[in-house]
Amino acid sequence: MATEAFEELAETFEFLDDWEDRYRHVIDMGKAFPPLDDAVKVPATKVDGCASQVWILPRIEGQGPEAQFDFEGESDAMIVRGLIAVLHALYAGLSVKDVGAVDAPAELARLGLNDHLSAQRSNGLRAMVERIRKTAQEAATV
Amino acid sequence: MTYNIDAIRADFPILSREVNGKPLVYLDNGASAQKPKVVIDAITQAYSHEYANVHRGLHYLSNLATDKYEAVRGKVAQFLGVPDENEIVFTSGTTEAFNLVSYGWGAHNLKAGDEIILSVMEHHANIVPWHFLRERLGVKLVWVDCDTNGDLDPQAVIDAMTPRTRMIAITHLSNVLGTVVDVKSICEAARARGIVTCVDGSQAAVHMPVNVADLGCDFYAITGHKLYGPSGSGAIYMKRARMDEMQPFMGGGDMIRDVHRDTITWNDPPMKFEAGTPGIVQQIGLGVALDYMMGVGMEAIAAHETSLRDYARTRLDGLNWLNVQGKSATKAAIFSFTLEGAAHAHDISTVLDKKGVAVRAGHHCAQPLMDHMGVPATCRASFAMYNTTDEVDALVDALELCHDLFA
Repeated sequence: MATEAFEELAETFEFLDDWEDRYRHVIDMGKAFPPLDDAVKVPATKVDGCASQVWILPRIEGQGPEAQFDFEGESDAMIVRGLIAVLHALYAGLSVKDVGAVDAPAELARLGLNDHLSAQRSNGLRAMVERIRKTAQEAATV
Repeated sequence: MTYNIDAIRADFPILSREVNGKPLVYLDNGASAQKPKVVIDAITQAYSHEYANVHRGLHYLSNLATDKYEAVRGKVAQFLGVPDENEIVFTSGTTEAFNLVSYGWGAHNLKAGDEIILSVMEHHANIVPWHFLRERLGVKLVWVDCDTNGDLDPQAVIDAMTPRTRMIAITHLSNVLGTVVDVKSICEAARARGIVTCVDGSQAAVHMPVNVADLGCDFYAITGHKLYGPSGSGAIYMKRARMDEMQPFMGGGDMIRDVHRDTITWNDPPMKFEAGTPGIVQQIGLGVALDYMMGVGMEAIAAHETSLRDYARTRLDGLNWLNVQGKSATKAAIFSFTLEGAAHAHDISTVLDKKGVAVRAGHHCAQPLMDHMGVPATCRASFAMYNTTDEVDALVDALELCHDLFA
């Protein structure tokens, strides 16, 4: 179910055996991910449940279950910004219907990043995934 | 006598574990300290062989549990240099203690326009209960800033005293900056003006000898979980004269003498302020923790931590991309810092954690101080009696990796 971008990412991560290299890669992805316009950093886009500040701005093209899902996002923490970029690879370009079918913990486990979903709940990856799924689900049922 | 750090470390079972495949370097003592085996064993012993409710039954176990529990009052009094143990009230921690003072003393002795002085370094536990009085009674909160080094000039606090000042709520040791406040001078000036002093000893009592009689304050609160004791344990010293001015805070069992349909009479202090079944085993554990600290010696603990502070200060000062907040010469071994560049405090703590180094990241429940310093969040490495210079080195190594990753 994963996007091509995520499959590429998973391939890259296969060559990164220790956490330091994986983090370095995540951080680099965060640095390369375009920041959000300050004007859209508003309560509606803010994701609660994150220890650092996180904003997710959905971009949905089309109508109904086949509408195409995309989003912009930013965090004031660099690792979290990198995780947003990872989620972008995971979800961007899917139909809103397919967003709900992605098994995020399983996919992130392929990158060795799944511990962010359980133990370190405070970094907000779980909250971000929930926000993305909820937004897509709402769009699919309009 | 030399400080036997190896023997002390061996007393704390958790210190021998690994985290993320690395030896644990526990530098989050400011948030909560680890427990020595004697405390853990005391909890097991109490629940296994000596447990019943206190103050109520006349049976063997109730008397035994009551004796063990009540003996802790004397230990706390000894630990804080309080001559009369009936001036020690048990609490679940400092937060409950200050709420008790706010509801029990403040609500009945303050009125609109009265002023409470606070330092900008206060923990939320020593801020929010006073905000309640501001919201409900119209009491005015007057803030005194620390200087750029994090020092608090006692004269600045004295200068803030007006004829309307009724109370000073002040920390003895900043949980963020490590600053030690000259509480004695402040209390002396306050006493001369009839102003009540409420001191937060959450951090200070862990790191240095405290003598409440010498400080001359009206209230002094400590929290057990930072003192190597169980969470949910704690106590507050309350001067007898203040107790006499107080109403009970929480109502229930233990704090009453008689309850009838139309009347109630209170138990005598300290019981008057201890409603319901208390944290029996927690307080028993606290007593053991205080015995443990006094056995090592507070002077010896303070000397060890001072040498750790000096070593850590030298090592951290060598990192020219690290900003340490709090430069007070006499500070405790508590270091808050940020990294130059874009790395967030949470980024740093995440990477440190991967190296087995536990620190706190965030606003440390001291948002007015963070506003004053102009930083949204910092990382904080806070040392304790069992930390070593090797662990300072481990922190610095992990910070160098952060610098490399986020640069």
